Amino acid sequence: MATSHETVETAQTAADYVGHHLGFLTFGQHADGSWGFAHSIDEAREMGFWAINVDSMLISVLLGIIFVAVFRFGIKNATSGKPSGFQNFLEIIVEFVQSNVKNSFYAKNELIGPLALTIFCWIFLMNTMDLVPVDWIPWLAQTVAGDSHLFFRAVPTADLNITLGFAISVFFLIIFYSIKIKGLGGFLGEFAFHPFGKWALPLNLILELPGFLAKPVSLALRLYGNFFAGELIFLVIALVGYWQLPLHFGWSVFHILVITLQAYLFMMLTIVYLNQAHTTH
Amino acid sequence: MILNATIIGQSIAFFVFVWFCMKYVWPPITSILEERQTKIAEGLEAADRAQRDLNLAQNKAAEELRDAKQQGAQLIEQANKRANQIVDEAKDKAREEGQRLIAGAQAEIEMELQRAKEDLRAQVAAIAVAGAEKILENTIDQAANEELMKKLASEL
Repeated sequence: MATSHETVETAQTAADYVGHHLGFLTFGQHADGSWGFAHSIDEAREMGFWAINVDSMLISVLLGIIFVAVFRFGIKNATSGKPSGFQNFLEIIVEFVQSNVKNSFYAKNELIGPLALTIFCWIFLMNTMDLVPVDWIPWLAQTVAGDSHLFFRAVPTADLNITLGFAISVFFLIIFYSIKIKGLGGFLGEFAFHPFGKWALPLNLILELPGFLAKPVSLALRLYGNFFAGELIFLVIALVGYWQLPLHFGWSVFHILVITLQAYLFMMLTIVYLNQAHTTH
Repeated sequence: MILNATIIGQSIAFFVFVWFCMKYVWPPITSILEERQTKIAEGLEAADRAQRDLNLAQNKAAEELRDAKQQGAQLIEQANKRANQIVDEAKDKAREEGQRLIAGAQAEIEMELQRAKEDLRAQVAAIAVAGAEKILENTIDQAANEELMKKLASEL
């Protein structure tokens, strides 16, 4: 593998370029039992489940810290009088989230507001990494690490693990609040005795369970699919030479919409699902 | 796509950030927003109240003005009436005084006239007596003539 990379320096093919960009910086146990970073996508696959994508986690946590730091810093000198410019900006975001929660969530739960705000801002920031030119962050990581073949992916939401992490956390919250509000019996009863009553129990299970299980899967795949595809198209655009500049611009402008929309969608669906968890049918 | 423990790592990070947001980000901002809402509501209410007070005060001022005008008019009317009364009284008094003066003067004139008549009568009597003396020279008895002269004088 190492020898093939050395020849790539001069004659890198399009497939190599795209392929390299799709590899994660995975840390885990090698086949020979030693721990370390995977040097190829195959190696990463061999590491199995107990490996971690360091690049996705790093960017994800970094953006999370940026999110809370910006908010903490922004409200340090906040007043209830006339708000200054930055405070105004933060308040607009919070009010936007708050109004969405108010319109879609009818129960009373202290968690929903901060949860929705975190999801919206954090996913928005992750998605925004897509607008940074595709080679910049990998190049920075390679320079810092001193390894020109380092795998590094900058868009955490283009990693199914990250979006699944979000979706499974939300799924866990849905189950937690369903049981908390309706009791275990009430929660399970919704699958067993709806919509056709208790005499059609198997049919009810067939109808209800897939819909329930589809919630986290659809959440994760929707976000992942959008950003994996978006990143892939950026990579392909990066291959076309000078024409990439206007193409990049066009796709970026379109992507601004996708970034916001997907963050909003994830937040809204989380609110709606949790509202369902809080109400009995 | 390779699924690995990143899912778990991301889930942990997710709950940590949600917890942090719930603890340190959300409450301060929402409390500020609520505080501002109540402030604005109070401000609007105060403005309403001030407007109501203003209307009330304006009404009251108009009423006071009307009262004052009425009172003023009343005072002027009263003053006019009193002035007329005073003038009338003065006129009456003047008339009375004049009449009194006239009466006094007439009485005096009467008295003067009477006195003049007395004087004249006495003088005429004296002249008559003197004239008669001259005519009759010393023939007439002084005493007998005295009686006659008095009678004559009273007839004048």
